[in-house]
Amino acid sequence: MTARDSIDLERLGAIIAAHGHMPGPTLPTLHAIQEAFGFIPEAAIQMIADAENRSRAEIHGVVTFYHDFRQAPAGRHVVKVCRAEACQAMGGEAVAKRISSRLGLDFGETAADGGVTLENVYCLGLCATAPSAMVDERLCGRLTPDKAERIVAETLS
Amino acid sequence: MSVTFHVPQDAAALAVGADAVAEAIRIEAGKRGIAARIIRNGSRGMLWLEPLVEVATPEGRMAFGPVEAEDVPALFDAGMAEGRGGLGPTEEIPFLKAQTRFTFARCGVIAPLSLSDYAAMDGWKGLARAITLPPAEIVDEVTRSGLRGRGGAGFPTGIKWKTVLEAKADRKYIVANADEGDSGTFADRMLMEGDPFHLIEGMAIAGMAVGATHGYLYTRSEYPHAIAVMEAAIGLARDAGFLGPSVMGSGRAFDMEIRTGAGAYVCGEETALLESIEGKRGQVRAKPPLPAHEGLFGRPTVINNILSLTAVPFILDKGAAAYAEVGFGRSRGTMPIQLAGNLRHGGLFEVGFGITLGELVNEIGGGTMTGRPVKAVQVGGPLGAYFPPALFDTPFDYEAFTKAGGLIGHGGVVVFDDTVDMVQQARFAMDFCAVESCGKCTPCRIGSTRGVETIDKIAAGRDVAANLQLVEDLCETMKFGSLCALGGFTPYPVLSALHHFPDDFVARQTAQAAE
Ligand SMILES: Cc1cc2nc3c(=O)[nH]c(=O)nc-3n(C[C@H](O)[C@H](O)[C@H](O)COP(=O)(O)O)c2cc1C
Ligand code: SF4
Ligand code: FES
Ligand code: FES
Repeated sequence: MTARDSIDLERLGAIIAAHGHMPGPTLPTLHAIQEAFGFIPEAAIQMIADAENRSRAEIHGVVTFYHDFRQAPAGRHVVKVCRAEACQAMGGEAVAKRISSRLGLDFGETAADGGVTLENVYCLGLCATAPSAMVDERLCGRLTPDKAERIVAETLS
Repeated sequence: MSVTFHVPQDAAALAVGADAVAEAIRIEAGKRGIAARIIRNGSRGMLWLEPLVEVATPEGRMAFGPVEAEDVPALFDAGMAEGRGGLGPTEEIPFLKAQTRFTFARCGVIAPLSLSDYAAMDGWKGLARAITLPPAEIVDEVTRSGLRGRGGAGFPTGIKWKTVLEAKADRKYIVANADEGDSGTFADRMLMEGDPFHLIEGMAIAGMAVGATHGYLYTRSEYPHAIAVMEAAIGLARDAGFLGPSVMGSGRAFDMEIRTGAGAYVCGEETALLESIEGKRGQVRAKPPLPAHEGLFGRPTVINNILSLTAVPFILDKGAAAYAEVGFGRSRGTMPIQLAGNLRHGGLFEVGFGITLGELVNEIGGGTMTGRPVKAVQVGGPLGAYFPPALFDTPFDYEAFTKAGGLIGHGGVVVFDDTVDMVQQARFAMDFCAVESCGKCTPCRIGSTRGVETIDKIAAGRDVAANLQLVEDLCETMKFGSLCALGGFTPYPVLSALHHFPDDFVARQTAQAAE
């Protein structure tokens, strides 16, 4: 059974309905759906369009515009590495390379076993304790390639 | 014995282990029979010292940092619980002492969600005065302070407010822009995490000033800690009557809610941000109409950076003159400058305009962390220019930076040592623009992609002179043919890299010739 087949449409409908009263409900709705399901299921797009009286194409356009919204589930762990300038200035690219080679993944990829997703992020606001990354909910600063590798290994073990 | 410890809960402190430090202090104090009260404050902004632990003593708060959890037993042995063995009084640390903290006066000092701490340090005084004034007088006070927008463009805040005040509508909005996407900036985040009622007060004053009853705080999904603190603060402020149908018993209503972005840099641009709140793709709107006339949901809207909004309580409380007294030229008041990247002393430095870039980098920032010479300093985020040390006498001032071919933006300063390759930095700027473009105009969307390809050719040493000319031409087209500053200002980092660091580019040519 794929993730797509197992979508609980009732739950999806309830989330959409719960945001119906808000002015401009689309982004809060999408965030709530992603929080609940880990991604934006295909079925959600038509349901939101119906609820908001907008076209399916419009909602699809919103989902694809924003980098945060996933159209497929992420890995069980998500590693986000900051690639922006302040982190670059402190050796962030070496950290990024080491994490990528340790995981055997390029940025934007999810491991075949669904264990982990590797992503770029452009600034976590931790620019004076750079280089930075976010491993699941955990913020990491002053990384070195070795320290980053250790944190990633701990998380995946 | 009972001792109060302060261990920041700021995201940057957490990223370097503050939670483990707090836990270690709790355990160590327990072992020694010391009743420890651990307050999780915001950050003082001396980020190279994080986790910065402070111990309350009769002589004031004593600083220790950077503290690692495993250091804690030894620190207790050396007298930490009595305030001994550390860096001495926090307020005497030169980095802090040299500042003029109007906006960040409370950040790192108070417990962020303590209404009584907030009130004890001048909290709500600006709002208390605002509710006694007619709206036009609030606006006038802000205009006279000389406050200009801290989000990048430097537009006078009072004039923006006046436009919204004079607009006729059934409803008006205040939108606080905390989308803070610029690399090297973290002031919005620190303020929301360390002094959240301050932003609420600033927004409420804006509401009173223009007759808006509802506010939106738009911030980034990359800031979950700030969002959690702000959520809690809004609830507390509402329960205490600082938000709601009758703000501080004034009979005037103002309430607010948070909206979270979804990882699009361009949504920091004010009209894209409004589109985003409305549930659309974050595409930039053509102006006119200005948001002040037709903003959120078509209503007159004040949209300000949160550092602009949080400058206002001071201005209302202490008066416009007290704010305007500090500054340089047409840049009045203070700027919370963020020192980041390769610096020994990175952090938040709030100071009156006019300090030079060289003072910031070499004196306040202490030079590079790596100990190598500074090569380039990017000021103002990914759309800001790269400055060489030859321009270090440039004063921090909107006009002076424009004259020097740059911008101060949101006040981010990112330092690079001599290992940086400016060809790669120019490429990154173009690539960032290509990735983040909202897609509305061709020069931004297509020009940046062509820019990346062309710089790749330069990096490979192919037709360097011709390709450099092509980059110059592309930049001209982007500057003049883009609707917003993403496409329009990407030429700043690109051309400054080209013009101030020609050797990096020419080296490619020489390398090629040598083959
Ligand atoms: C691509 C782009 C990104 C921007 N990002 C931000 C931002 O993150 N925060 C912000 O306050 N202003 C940002 N701005 C500037 C806003 O458009 C706007 O000028 C500002 O919010 C006005 O508030 P102020 O007058 O208080 O500065 C951005 C502009 C552009 C073109
Ligand atoms: S310059 Fe770029 S980001 Fe700005 S409106 Fe045009 S396409 Fe959109
Ligand atoms: S640039 Fe990496 S955290 Fe800001
Ligand atoms: S989409 Fe407007 S220029 Fe092509």
